[in-house]
Amino acid sequence: MEALIKVKRYNPEESEETYFQDYSIDVAEDSTILDSLIKIREEQDGTLSLRCSCRASICGSCSMRVNGSAKLVCKTRVKEISPDGEAITIEPMGNFKVIKDLVTEMDSFWSKMKSVDPYVKTSFEPEAEHIASNESMTHLLGVMNCIMCGACVSECTAMEVDPTFTGPAALAKAYRFVADPRDEEANSRLGKLNENTGVWDCTRCLACVEVCPKDVAPMERIVKMRDLAIEEGYTNTSGYRHTESFNDSIKKHGRLDETRLALESTGLLNISGLIDLAKIGIKSLIRGKLPPILPHRPKDMKKVTSIAERLDNQGKEEE
Amino acid sequence: MSKHDLLIIGAGLAGLRAAVEGVRQGLNVAVITKVHPVRSHSNAAQGGINAALTDRGDDWRDHAFSTIKGSDYLADQDAVEVMCREAGDAIIELENMGVIFSRDDEGKLGTRAFGGQKKARTYFVGAITGSALLHVLYEQSVKYNLHIYEEWFVTKLIKEDGRIAGAIAFDIKTGQMEMISAKAVVLATGGAGRVFEPSTNALICTGDGLSLAMQAGVPLMDTEMIQYHPTTLAGNGILLSEAARGDGAYLINSEGERFMEKYAPEYMELASRDVVSRAEQTEIDEGRGVDGCVFLDLRHLGKKFIEDRLGYLQEVALEFRGIDLSEKPIPIKPGMHYIMGGIKTDLNGATNVPGLYAAGECANVSVHGANRLGANSLLDTIVFGRRSAIESVEYIKSVKDVEIDSKELSKEKSRIQSILDRPKGMRSAELRDKMGSTMTKGIGVWRDTESIKYAIEGMKSIRGQLPNVYVENKGKVFNTDLTSYLELEFMVDVAESICQGANARFESRGAHFRTDVTTRNDKDWLKHTIVEYNGEELNTTSEDVTITDWEPTERVY
Repeated sequence: MEALIKVKRYNPEESEETYFQDYSIDVAEDSTILDSLIKIREEQDGTLSLRCSCRASICGSCSMRVNGSAKLVCKTRVKEISPDGEAITIEPMGNFKVIKDLVTEMDSFWSKMKSVDPYVKTSFEPEAEHIASNESMTHLLGVMNCIMCGACVSECTAMEVDPTFTGPAALAKAYRFVADPRDEEANSRLGKLNENTGVWDCTRCLACVEVCPKDVAPMERIVKMRDLAIEEGYTNTSGYRHTESFNDSIKKHGRLDETRLALESTGLLNISGLIDLAKIGIKSLIRGKLPPILPHRPKDMKKVTSIAERLDNQGKEEE
Repeated sequence: MSKHDLLIIGAGLAGLRAAVEGVRQGLNVAVITKVHPVRSHSNAAQGGINAALTDRGDDWRDHAFSTIKGSDYLADQDAVEVMCREAGDAIIELENMGVIFSRDDEGKLGTRAFGGQKKARTYFVGAITGSALLHVLYEQSVKYNLHIYEEWFVTKLIKEDGRIAGAIAFDIKTGQMEMISAKAVVLATGGAGRVFEPSTNALICTGDGLSLAMQAGVPLMDTEMIQYHPTTLAGNGILLSEAARGDGAYLINSEGERFMEKYAPEYMELASRDVVSRAEQTEIDEGRGVDGCVFLDLRHLGKKFIEDRLGYLQEVALEFRGIDLSEKPIPIKPGMHYIMGGIKTDLNGATNVPGLYAAGECANVSVHGANRLGANSLLDTIVFGRRSAIESVEYIKSVKDVEIDSKELSKEKSRIQSILDRPKGMRSAELRDKMGSTMTKGIGVWRDTESIKYAIEGMKSIRGQLPNVYVENKGKVFNTDLTSYLELEFMVDVAESICQGANARFESRGAHFRTDVTTRNDKDWLKHTIVEYNGEELNTTSEDVTITDWEPTERVY
């Protein structure tokens, strides 16, 4: 079977320009994209650089963009991406600097991983093992499945705008300790994760959940940590205020009161934040983009109230 | 030039465990690794790690006996005793570090059964035990702020005055070559599976440490002992864990028979790996296979059980074969998996070169002998990784800094440059493939005088062609074309030593099964084969096996 592969090339020793190079390679029917790239490297072009090792989706080396979205290429079959022999575009992961061709600079990834203190903190040294339920361990297995391939970071829309965001992989790792019954620092971890660049900076776009090759679902772990942080009393964050204001606004008006949302999220005692907000407000006013001072009311406010009540009750029942 | 007390080459479980110990002991430690630590091949161990925990009525002696019987009496029994005695503490320590071991109903560590043992003493994390351990040791390396040369490739060990002095390596990201001086070095470079094709091993498992040691004058031991794992996928050789059989899966032939009844009526699917692999190969050879495979059948275990305990196996089966294990048996065959042989060390990882240690798959202590039990390899890395670092402490305190001749670095630089300067010729992959298929054919599940001779001749020819290989990529940045060639050089060294070991051992024992001498010969061959490079050629000798409490008897499963 013939596979047509367009690879984004970059070699800093030659030029700062990137370019696409087309390869056509004969591969077996059940070949993975990694098989094809290795074959290209070994038979046609020894200058092509990529990382790969286990070939069995456990080492996390070979994450790259396939037709625009990050995948672990060792578990992606050519046939599945290109059933009728269409050309496949391979690029390095996004949100990373590129070292050469498909090899990305992972330093930022590892330093973020380190920033969440990724090890169990416990003062208690039992003579034997810690006693823990099998359920709690199996639950953590979902996060320990993470192979640190970087696919989630590659597609993270929040990181694209703000590279300082801790990001989905490191936050999923943080959850592994927050939720570990043996860890004694869950509270202070949550406190730290509540600060800027932490859990509230996720835009909940779901991209990380979609591309994760190991079903770690980083975004769900992030949302869970928001809930846990609120439960622990970490409410002095714009994220928490945003959630509350959003909720109130819907209940009260049946619509989003954007002006109030902005003010309340920033915090009415946060003077410097309010000054920044005022600047944005003035700019919006000049360009005619300022939201109405009071939101429009929906026709049937009773319906909205009853939906809100129902949701509140449902939440209580689940607890 | 950078200076350290202890330099560890390799960042898998053995390397990281040694490193953590070195830091705890107050040494200036550095780890050098050609891939980021979490990319290491320890990841691929699926099933678990063995230990006899005494507080639940288990006995390390029982574990030791199973290991020795599994080894077909080739393991040094004092070494096995050390490993099995220390196993309990090792498991508890790993749990305390944060490993999320599966639990029983009381919340204590839970076990699963594994091959070659009557008692279930394998502690596990789903079907990703190796990965879960490796990631926790990486966590510890962050905790201890370990100095890691990440993505650096070691080309040579340096000796001065007969003792180890450091290594020469280059940064794969920049091509910058440096001398790293160290009073002691631990080789923890893992296996050499890529010498064969196919293999369950990752592409990085190229026997670097075995070759580096050999070139430094350290003998390799029992290199002919190559484990063929009973359940690998045809084609690319990807592994399906023994955990499946440990948790109750069957092996069936094309007629639907559980054929292990004929070969190991008592242990059935959980006989030693060499025994199961030969049984499968016999079924296939006698026409009761399909396309060179027999089947692993998990259907009776049920979907939920499979997904909860064997999730990664299900993922591999679905992704690589499109088979749901709860619905269909999956075709499998014996595949090259592990090298029991390796760098000869004492009980503390020390080699014959002062200051040079080895631990993990690259080493041969020897605890696995002629056949390793499943779930003993992780244990080996943890126990002997730690011991080698501890052993190095006194040595490091006792020696002064060595002055390394600066010419060593320029000599190595020009050697690499001369490889890059070669005229256009053969690609390294072509020669590697030839080596892989020759070794699989010559040193397979079955071997005999003729096949071994075929492999020896094959390697001679491949050695001769090495200078014709050229490196197309001339750049300095992430030149994997160059590293692939240097890995091929390592592999040819290892392949030759494997052939020499196989040629010397004129009997059948464990994984080394000769169809021309099918029985074990304790009178002449209760011995280790030793292969040593004297600077010109390989010399083969032998050495007695250490027997303590367990007299060799017939091995029946």
